[in-house]
Order: sequence, then structure tokens, then C-alpha cells
Amino acid sequence: MTKDNNGLSRREFLKTTGIATGALVGGGVLGSLITHNVTKDNVAGTGKNEAGGEHVGDVFRGRMFFTNVNEFNVLSEAVERIFPEDDLGPGAIGLGVPYFIDNQLAGNYGSNAKEYMKGPFFAGESTQGYQSRLTRAEIFKQGLAKMDEEAKKRFDTGFASLEGNQMDEILTAFQKNEVEMKGVASEFYFKLLRQATLEGAYADPIYNGNINMAGWRMKGFPGHQMAYIKEIENEKYMKIEPKSISSMEH
Amino acid sequence: MVKTLDKVDVVTVGVGWLGGIIGAECAKAGMKVVGIERGKERSTADYLMVHDEYRYAIRYELMQDLSKETITFRNNRKMRALPMRQMGSFLLGEGLGGSGTHWNGHTWRFLPYDFEIKTQTEKKYGKDKLSADYLLQDWGITYDELEPYFDQFEKTAGISGENKNPFAGKRANDFPTPPMKKTPILRKFEKATSNLGYTPFMLPSANLSETYENPDGQTIAACQYCGFCERFGCEYGAKTSPEITVIPTALKTGNYQVRFHGNVVEVLKEGGKATGVRYIDTQTGEEFIQPADVVVLTSYVMNNAKLLMVSGIGEMYDPDTGRGTLGKNYAYQILPGATGFFDEQMNVFMGAGSLGMTIDDLNGDNYDHSELNFIHGASMSITQTGVRPIQTNPVPPDTPAWGPEFKKASIHNYSRTLSVGGQGASIPHKENFLSLDPDYKDAYGVPLLQLTYNFTEQDRNLHKYLTDKAKAIMDEMGAKTTVPGNPLSDYDIVPYQTTHNTGGTIMGASPDDSVVNNYLQHWEVDNLFVVGAGNFPHNGGYNPTGTVGALAYRAAEGIIKYSKAGGSLV
Ligand SMILES: Cc1cc2nc3c(=O)[nH]c(=O)nc-3n(C[C@H](O)[C@H](O)[C@H](O)COP(=O)(O)OP(=O)(O)OC[C@H]3O[C@@H](n4cnc5c(N)ncnc54)[C@H](O)[C@@H]3O)c2cc1C
Ligand code: SF4
Repeated sequence: MTKDNNGLSRREFLKTTGIATGALVGGGVLGSLITHNVTKDNVAGTGKNEAGGEHVGDVFRGRMFFTNVNEFNVLSEAVERIFPEDDLGPGAIGLGVPYFIDNQLAGNYGSNAKEYMKGPFFAGESTQGYQSRLTRAEIFKQGLAKMDEEAKKRFDTGFASLEGNQMDEILTAFQKNEVEMKGVASEFYFKLLRQATLEGAYADPIYNGNINMAGWRMKGFPGHQMAYIKEIENEKYMKIEPKSISSMEH
Repeated sequence: MVKTLDKVDVVTVGVGWLGGIIGAECAKAGMKVVGIERGKERSTADYLMVHDEYRYAIRYELMQDLSKETITFRNNRKMRALPMRQMGSFLLGEGLGGSGTHWNGHTWRFLPYDFEIKTQTEKKYGKDKLSADYLLQDWGITYDELEPYFDQFEKTAGISGENKNPFAGKRANDFPTPPMKKTPILRKFEKATSNLGYTPFMLPSANLSETYENPDGQTIAACQYCGFCERFGCEYGAKTSPEITVIPTALKTGNYQVRFHGNVVEVLKEGGKATGVRYIDTQTGEEFIQPADVVVLTSYVMNNAKLLMVSGIGEMYDPDTGRGTLGKNYAYQILPGATGFFDEQMNVFMGAGSLGMTIDDLNGDNYDHSELNFIHGASMSITQTGVRPIQTNPVPPDTPAWGPEFKKASIHNYSRTLSVGGQGASIPHKENFLSLDPDYKDAYGVPLLQLTYNFTEQDRNLHKYLTDKAKAIMDEMGAKTTVPGNPLSDYDIVPYQTTHNTGGTIMGASPDDSVVNNYLQHWEVDNLFVVGAGNFPHNGGYNPTGTVGALAYRAAEGIIKYSKAGGSLV
């Protein structure tokens, strides 16, 4: 038997997101925390550059998918709202989630390489799942542009320069399917964005997210360990320093 | 130009557990066997970087490439069926070992009751316990007849377990290896269920408790409890799978060959006999005919049914008239359960795919259903499989799905949450069936299989009753907050549920109501065998592979008999 907690059905997803009560996290608090924003112009000493890339020591981290800095900024701010920095540790930006998503969009994930993308396309019932002719790369591009457009419409400025609570308002509008998108429902785009954020926060660091395994450390997940045969019967909860598969030795 | 190859004794379509079993048994008996597998070769050496949740569990590295082939789905006949474009509700296998590579290894024998469900239900509760819309039927074989084959499968796989389930069918032999380690989490469940008057026991496991050599001389290593079992291959060779057991056994004989990257598109027949299969080399696009004396479909529930349908073998089931057998009795599973939020942190990230304890008190007809509005039930288990951070973000109800509250709650509860889950039997209904899709095609121009399925009244009643029981167990385990599963509504193909599809090519005692006999030999084409959980006339309260493994050993015996005497085996 195999049961997951992630694959919320749309129905359950709507339920757990508090849409019925309209309960949404208050914004504002975090606006000031996003000072380490990798997408903002050269921050002294870190080697961040205009293109949004990062060059620290012999690590070269750069965008493989987004060519437009504003698009990447919108993505970065949005994922940080979804998974914010707090007293537990870094948020999505600090964990490198924007790069994770960028890099994934440039590959099989972005082009839906292992998915059935043949027509004809019909909207279908929610129980039938994804029925768009758009790839994830196309959905992200459109979604980020729509978020920016919505920001300008509501607040006269681009998404990336909004206050936290204003960003939340827009994200919520997408989540509640209140924004028109072409070829895909905005709630689906939101779900994709949320899921990709969690993936970037907790995937092995080889994928350019979960930087320094800080996502795992917050959660108490030790990453790749060869065996727990010696510990499995322990009554005591064990804090284990995490390991990436990049350090795997057989 | 289609190229015709040299004839062999047996050809199997697909090389997962069942293709492997048929291959090994027939090759050992001296028959020349070819397995045609659409995926690639792989072995333990390919699983050394497998502790990677994102690649294997989220992006489905080891599973079917849906860009080539998928199924279409609708809840009922009024809906337009649409393709399952992304993997979801179940995860289809591909490549050597099939789903046997990335399964968990829960290895059950269905209950004696399951094989005679119609007879026993009528005897105990009368003819009208369920409406005539439910298609109950016996399997044409009893548990006792199948027992030696269960034994053979378990010995081949080295299953670890303890013979303490009072409801299980009689066993001629004990489990080949002792049960896995009982962890603090399992002990919590053991204590709670005992307090409630149930009988807990260790889940029978194909993650082996100790190193084991099987009767074919294959060695399976001891499980290390690494926590990357389900959806992953085992880098230790500790999870019994076809590529470390039956496939090397078949290859050792010199009579067996696997042809990779071959997608079978048709079963060929002439004059009431199957003559072989037609397949496409997916790397070159070339077409081949592989002639064989015996054709065996071991391509999983979905493609076994599809290949018979596209090849025009058997009569399609018609839900209006009830006539026809092909595609009939498709069933899935019902998953009642409850989640508990605890104060203390637990080592939830450690584990193994089949590390668990179960109670069977609420399964099958192990309790009286006279006053209940359903039949059958569910095995209820706790499993400690190693929870992974992307997929596991448990939050109490009313927590927002994103933002600071979500982050705090999901991180706090990650190591403080346990679930008790039931695998419930879905009983076949006349409106749930498999057929061919009229519009959508696979990469080779062959129609996709169409699934018409929804949960029924019986399923909902069973789900409700057992969800309450799961909640009571979780409360007794000491959860601070217990959250029962949502009531069952419509079946949804999106969230993962189980890869336990059954039916469509069912077995039975008569060609009037089944596709194959109890050797899994096709009633109309006697040199064609169809092997898979598609043979189950209904689904049970367990994972399928133990039972279907036993049926495969029975089919292998049948094929060997047939090769000597021919004709119908029953
Ligand atoms: C994540 C997961 C966990 C599971 N856990 C358990 C568990 O704990 N216990 C349990 O009992 N069961 C479990 N299962 C189910 C179990 O894996 C299957 O029941 C079992 O592997 C089925 O074996 P099979 O040989 O019938 O089919 P498969 O393993 O699916 O093999 C069929 C093979 O046929 C090939 N094929 C299909 N069509 C064609 C074609 N047209 N031409 C050529 N080749 C083709 C496929 O590529 C595949 O390799 C699990 C499944 C999954 C996905
Ligand atoms: S938990 Fe055990 S059987 Fe599963 S992959 Fe790890 S070592 Fe192998």
C-alpha cells in the first residue's frame, strides 16, 4: 500500500487552502526580510550580477530558462510568499528555489517530455486531471506575466515591487481561479507553482534548490543515508546531519 | 516490411514479475522462451543513486513513459473519456522488472473467502445482500487449490513474516524468513489494536529480514531500512524483485532471452490458435513478428486487456446487456484511514517499503456483516516506509496551504504525524469496465485503453465504516489530534492512490462469465495465456502481487502441461 500526502485532489486542495473561509496569511511582515534577494542588483561581495546569476568560488549558478530579469524576479517574490523565510530558517529564495524552478523548466519537466500531450484537447472534469495543450514551461511563462499584469491592474506597479500582503492578494486570486488565463485555469498554475516551490525547497541539492540542505535541516530529514538498520529500533528521536546523494559512496 | 523471426516455444509480452515467473518456469522445463519488453534493461547496478526523492518519486524515473502510451478515463458513460496525461492515481511500470522494481513488497495471500465470495456471501447473507448491479462471482479455484503456488511464490521471493494472523488461510509451511524488526512506531499500533481487541501481526514483506537463498539458487540480501523503497529500486538487492530472482534464473538455463525496446501491438491468430505477436522496435521503428507455440500476456492489467481487444480475441463486455466478458469487472481499491498528530518526534524518515503491522479483523468476511450495508472490508495497517520531505507536508485542518503558517505547521508536524490506513476491496459493478478508446491513440497508432470507473454505494459504505475504525485506532495510539479521511466522493485519477488495478480479463469456471480458466488459459484460444491481476474477478483488501504471483506459477504449470498434451486444461 502506498499513500501520499502531497497529491491532494483539486477538491481536497481547495478545502485545505482555506478558500471557504477566505482565511489567508497576513502579508507585510516579510516584506522587509527579503533583503538577500538574489535577483536584486549587485549586492556587494557575493558576486551576484545583473543577469541574476551567481558566481561564488567555483560554483556557477545561472538561469537556463528565463531570459528576462523581471520574470525571474516575479517568480522569486512569489515563491518566497509561498515558503517564506522565518525564525526556522531560509525561505524559498534563500533555498535557491527560483533557480531550481528555472533549471527544471529548461528540461523534461518544462517540456512535459514523459507526458501524453497529443490532442484533441477538451476541458474535462476535475477528476480527469491535467488537460491543457500547454507545457509547464508555457504555463509558467504565462502565469508569471499574468501575475505582473494583475499587479499593475490592481496596484499600478509590477508584482516584484508590491508589498507582501498585496502579493498575497494576487496569489490568492490565482489560487481561487479568479484570474483568466489562456489554455489553463489559474488555480492549476497556482498549484503548479506551490508544488514546484516545495520541490525546490526539499529536493536533493544537486538540483540547485535546498541550498546547503537547509530545507532538510529545518524539517529534520537526513537526506541520503545508506542505512538505518542500527537505529531503526531506537525509542529516541534522532537528529542526523543530512547528506546529499552527491556524497554517496558504495 | 514486417520481418518474421524464428519461432520459439513461448513468447511473453512484458517482463515484470509475471513475465519473469513464466519465463523462469518454462525455461527450466526446457522450453525456448523470449520475453518482449518495451522498456530497457536494468539491474541493481542502476540503483546506486536512487536515494533521490525528486527524480524517482516525484518525476517517476522508473515508470511508464506516458508520451508513448497512457489510458483514457471517465467516471461514467455520459462523460467524455480523456487521456490520463500525467501519472497520478496509479503508477504504471516499464523496463526490466516492471513495477516489481519499485514496488513496496507487501506480499499477501488473498483470503479463502475471496476465491468463493459469491457462494459464501449468498450462503451467509442471502441472495440480495447486494443489488444485481454488483457482479460478484467465484474465481473457479479455491484457496486450498492455490496454496502450493502461494508457497512457491513466497519461497522464490523469500518473504519475511510471522504466521500469527488468525484469519489467514492455512499454510503448509511457515514464512521462509522471520519478520522484520518491530520499531517503536509499530509497537504503538500493536498496543493500541490489542487494547481494542484486534490481533496485530507483522506485515508479510519482500524487504527481507535476513540474507536468503531461494530454491533457484538466487540470493536476496538483508534489508538495511534505508527508507527509499517505494518508487525506488533497491541498491542492496534486498527487495525481492524479478531482476534479482526469476529473470536471472531464466537466463541461467540458456533457454531464455529478453528483447528490449520491443512494443507489442498485436496478438496474431489463425484458425482459433495464437500464432505469435507483432511488435515494433521502438528504437528503429522496424516491425517484427515473433511466432510462438504459446503466447503469454504478462503486460499488466491494462495492456493485457488492451492487446486482447485490439487483436479481436474474445467478446467485449457490454454494460447495457451484461453480455461479453472482456473488460468486465474492473475494480480498484478503497482507502479508509486516519492521520494522527502527536506531540513527540519520531524517526519517521527511517523505514522500509513493507515495514509495518496489520490487523485483519476488519477484512473480508472476518466479521459479521448482517447489520452492515456492505460486504468485504479492508486490512488495516501502519507502515513505516520512510517519509520523504517533498511529499510529506502534514498540516492540521484549517491550516492554510502556503505562507508562514503552512511552513511552520508542515515542518513541525513532519516528524510528529502517523497514519493508519486500510486497503479496502472495491466490489465490481456493472458500470465499471475497460474498453477501447474511439479517439485517442498511442505512439504506434493503436487505440488507448479506456477506463470507466467510479466508486459505488458499496464502496462508500465500506469506506465510512472503516474510516471510523481507523480513527478509533489512531485515538487509542495517543494522537493529540486525529483527522479521519474525507468521505469518499467521486473517483479522481489525479492523486496517487494505489497501483492495485484488477479485472478486465477475469478467470472463472465457465466461458460464459470469464475470459480465462483457472490455469489462466484463454477459453477460446487455448495456446494463449493471460496472466495478471486482471484475472481477479474482484479486488481484495490487500496488495495483489502475492496472489497474482501464485496464479502465475499455476499458469506456468499449465503452459508446460499444454506444451505436452495440448487442448483445454480444464
Ligand atoms: C509504487 C508501487 C508500489 C507497489 N507496492 C506493492 C506492494 O507493496 N505489494 C504488492 O503486492 N504490489 C505492489 N505494487 C503493485 C505491483 O508492483 C504489481 O502488482 C506487479 O509488479 C505487477 O506485475 P506484472 O508483471 O503484472 O506487471 P508489470 O510489473 O507492470 O510488468 C509489465 C511489463 O510489461 C511491459 N509491457 C506492457 N505493455 C507492453 C507491450 N505492449 N509490449 C511490450 N512490453 C509491454 C511493461 O513495460 C512492464 O515492464 C506496487 C506498485 C507500485 C507502482
Ligand atoms: S528499505 Fe530495505 S529493501 Fe527497501 S530499498 Fe532500502 S535496503 Fe532495499
